[in-house]
Amino acid sequence: MLAVCGHSTLEELYSQLPDEALLKRPLNIPAGISEYEITSYFQQRGQENASGYASFLGAGVYRHYRPVLCDVVVSRGEFLTSYTPYQAEMAQGTLMTIFEFQTMICQLTGMEVANASMYDASTAVPEAAMMAARITGRPRFLVASSVHPEYREVLDTYARNSRTQVATFGYDAATGECDLKDLDAKLDDHTACVIVQSPNFFGVIEKVSAAAELAHKRGALLVMLFSEAVSLGMLQPPKSADIVAGELQSFAISPSYGGPFAGIIATKEKFMRQIPGRLAGETTDAGGRRAYCLTLSTREQHIRREKATSNICTNQALIALLATVFMSVYGKQGLRELAEQNLAKAHYLAGALDRRFTGKFFNEFVVRTNGKSPGQINGALENQRIIGGLDLARFYPELRGCMLVCATEMSRREDMDALIQAVRA
Amino acid sequence: MIRKVRSHINQNETLLFEQSSPGKRAYQLPALDVPPVDAASVLGSDARTEIEDFPEVSEVEVIRHFTRLSTWNYGIDLGLFPLGSCTMKYNPRINEVVAREPGLAWAHPYQPESLSQGCMEVLALLEEYLCEIFGMDAVTLQPAAGAHGEFTGIMLIRSYLESQGNPRKKVLCPDSAHGTNPATAIIAGYEVENIKSNEKGMVDVEALAKAVNEDVAALMLTNPNTVGVFEEQILTIASILHEKGAQIYMDGANMNALVGISRPGDFGVDVMHSNLHKTFSTPHGGGGPGSGPVGVRKHLEPFLPGPRLKKAGGGWTWDYDRPKSIGRVRAFYGNFGVLVRALAYIMAHGGPGLRNATLDALLTANYVRARLEPYYQIAYQAPSMHECVFSDDRQAAKGVRTGDIAKRLLDYGFHPYTVSFPMIVRGALMIEPTETEPKQELDLFCDALISIAGEIEENPQLVLKAPHGTRTSRVDEVTAARKPVVRWRRNETASKAAD
Repeated sequence: MLAVCGHSTLEELYSQLPDEALLKRPLNIPAGISEYEITSYFQQRGQENASGYASFLGAGVYRHYRPVLCDVVVSRGEFLTSYTPYQAEMAQGTLMTIFEFQTMICQLTGMEVANASMYDASTAVPEAAMMAARITGRPRFLVASSVHPEYREVLDTYARNSRTQVATFGYDAATGECDLKDLDAKLDDHTACVIVQSPNFFGVIEKVSAAAELAHKRGALLVMLFSEAVSLGMLQPPKSADIVAGELQSFAISPSYGGPFAGIIATKEKFMRQIPGRLAGETTDAGGRRAYCLTLSTREQHIRREKATSNICTNQALIALLATVFMSVYGKQGLRELAEQNLAKAHYLAGALDRRFTGKFFNEFVVRTNGKSPGQINGALENQRIIGGLDLARFYPELRGCMLVCATEMSRREDMDALIQAVRA
Repeated sequence: MIRKVRSHINQNETLLFEQSSPGKRAYQLPALDVPPVDAASVLGSDARTEIEDFPEVSEVEVIRHFTRLSTWNYGIDLGLFPLGSCTMKYNPRINEVVAREPGLAWAHPYQPESLSQGCMEVLALLEEYLCEIFGMDAVTLQPAAGAHGEFTGIMLIRSYLESQGNPRKKVLCPDSAHGTNPATAIIAGYEVENIKSNEKGMVDVEALAKAVNEDVAALMLTNPNTVGVFEEQILTIASILHEKGAQIYMDGANMNALVGISRPGDFGVDVMHSNLHKTFSTPHGGGGPGSGPVGVRKHLEPFLPGPRLKKAGGGWTWDYDRPKSIGRVRAFYGNFGVLVRALAYIMAHGGPGLRNATLDALLTANYVRARLEPYYQIAYQAPSMHECVFSDDRQAAKGVRTGDIAKRLLDYGFHPYTVSFPMIVRGALMIEPTETEPKQELDLFCDALISIAGEIEENPQLVLKAPHGTRTSRVDEVTAARKPVVRWRRNETASKAAD
């Protein structure tokens, strides 16, 4: 091969590089190791973590059972090792699954259009906000303080660099719902959108339509977020929202220390051309047969460059496929039944504990730890190989002595009883 | 003539929604061990009654559906995938196995640090290795993909320049840049100015010198650039920028051409990203997930997104006290599962193996170039690194363009090269074979393109109407964009469902 290239050594292949740019020593990385050694290394790292613990952590990352078929499908090389389906004739498989994904997200959210996925919810939030800014021509985002604190941090980062402003409105200290009065007072004619999350960070179900009504009255859009996708199996779809952004981690996606996940953005048909990211559409081939392709790409960076709706390029196709298989396995009845189990488990747990907020909840809620610190309770649980709740003082200093607890279909009654014991003891 | 493939029966398949009927199910939940709760009674009007038209199918239908669809796809596991700039190298399966290690896959980002040391050690080791490979002083693993890394990098530059008194106004992008570069600069609040390339496909240094002034925050440079050529004047370019207090951002999409032979930190780059789904072999998965770590020189380190890993006692802790940080760019700590795969890749190769991989990538690209040069017009005479770019000039004379040649390649059993990019090359064919291709596969691919060149001479219609052998013939993208149908609706598409 070298001879065909007209070279006699491999080093000649980069002889055009200036001498000062060359690395003249070997990389300081140990020599390669075998598959067996690599597996052992990562097994050991896994064992240094909370391997095999029960957990009541939620807060944007939920423990749900992953049906076996999910991994079987995404492990197929034809999906795993394929590229973004720009060459439609050779990627109908990926394209059709994206089309199904988009459809299922619309069915779940009550929206008319959904894109092929975003990185995760935290980055879908600023993308949704910027979309609202483009639609309304306004620069200000009004976000509920009951939205996931890390999503808000990401929004702040994006806004700081894009000549937009973020303002926050509070939550009702009794119900844990966002404070609609505060929202109404802070809405102005520069507000592009109001951003609420439901269930919110405290697990409380928000009054989304009431917030939407207030936003619409001032010409702003309503962006509804969700971080617990299973809740959509049981809660009214947020039809009053203009944009829905959310996280699909609950749909077969491993917690995996925080990623990779898959975010979504869905909206009304009239805003379709402002949606960021990839979209698959249905069309026909030269023989008149049904076919799919990526479409409306004139919104995107590879065509529009500096005029694109977003700089996003890569999405989360394989993770979105995982979620699609999950939705297919559970289906209409299964997602409902799954949501019912979550509801039942969380309400069993909550029934024995002192809830901080009175608002309605799905599978997550805030508990008063009454006299003990969340740290003490969690410490006691750790000895029983149980990870307790999230100490809310970390994000909300006013909620000292409170922790956020989540129960899913994977929470066993005996572990819930142990948690109840630890809080009450 | 077509040696790689022959036709083969594959299954038709309808949308899952069209197979749905009430009562079919593919799941089984355990018996509830707590009393059931009536949704309507606790949720009231917030409870939904049903998810309209959501599918109801059986387990065997689910597996068949997705398996059938998978056979309509092409992947690296089936053969050469020569997309230029995309680096479609083999994705080792060991990486998939270790990412599913239960202690890692089930790790919750908020579980106590004392019970997360394994994850943190993985992240710390990957940061260390990437610093060494990039020649950078610090790396953040938070960005979720390449474009997200670019965004992080430009914000770092903005914050740094702000701390120097003036964030400046403009970002320069060569006209050969990836579309994400200018799109990123705009989202990060800068104006974009394009810089022309010279006749060698490299940055025109004189034009650059004229453009650089105190308004310029940074140059976003891909090196090797998108025509697969190393920017030989890189040290001069760096000093032009640095003399005026501007920064160099390197788009590391093509870092796989440099690993072990040259380090961006050593040739003047201030900040860069690398796509782990390119250089470090994590699967593209039909378009993600990716990961776009960003490396910086020391002066930019205080601005990196928080939290940062810090050694404390015998273990790791997350340091949130980062007053100069640009803030978070993503929740939690990055696409951890992708980072695990990249670390496994680095460990499998080791330092010497990584360098060998680079040399093999240069070899395969130059081999393909040498074999195809008699038949296709090379875009620039400058030596190729990891990819080679041709123009369709000779074929265009017969009315056949790069997009047509790409479609004809499908008939030969190959995924096409990158079509019509970079934009500075008329009718570009951008080919990146990667180091993991055997010579036999490379030869089949070159033979295919040579054969197509012959077909264009003899029977251009054959190529213009391609593909002929795929289950789906040329797709009507124009109608798709004109009348977008982006979701299934009951009854709407039934007429075409016969497929």
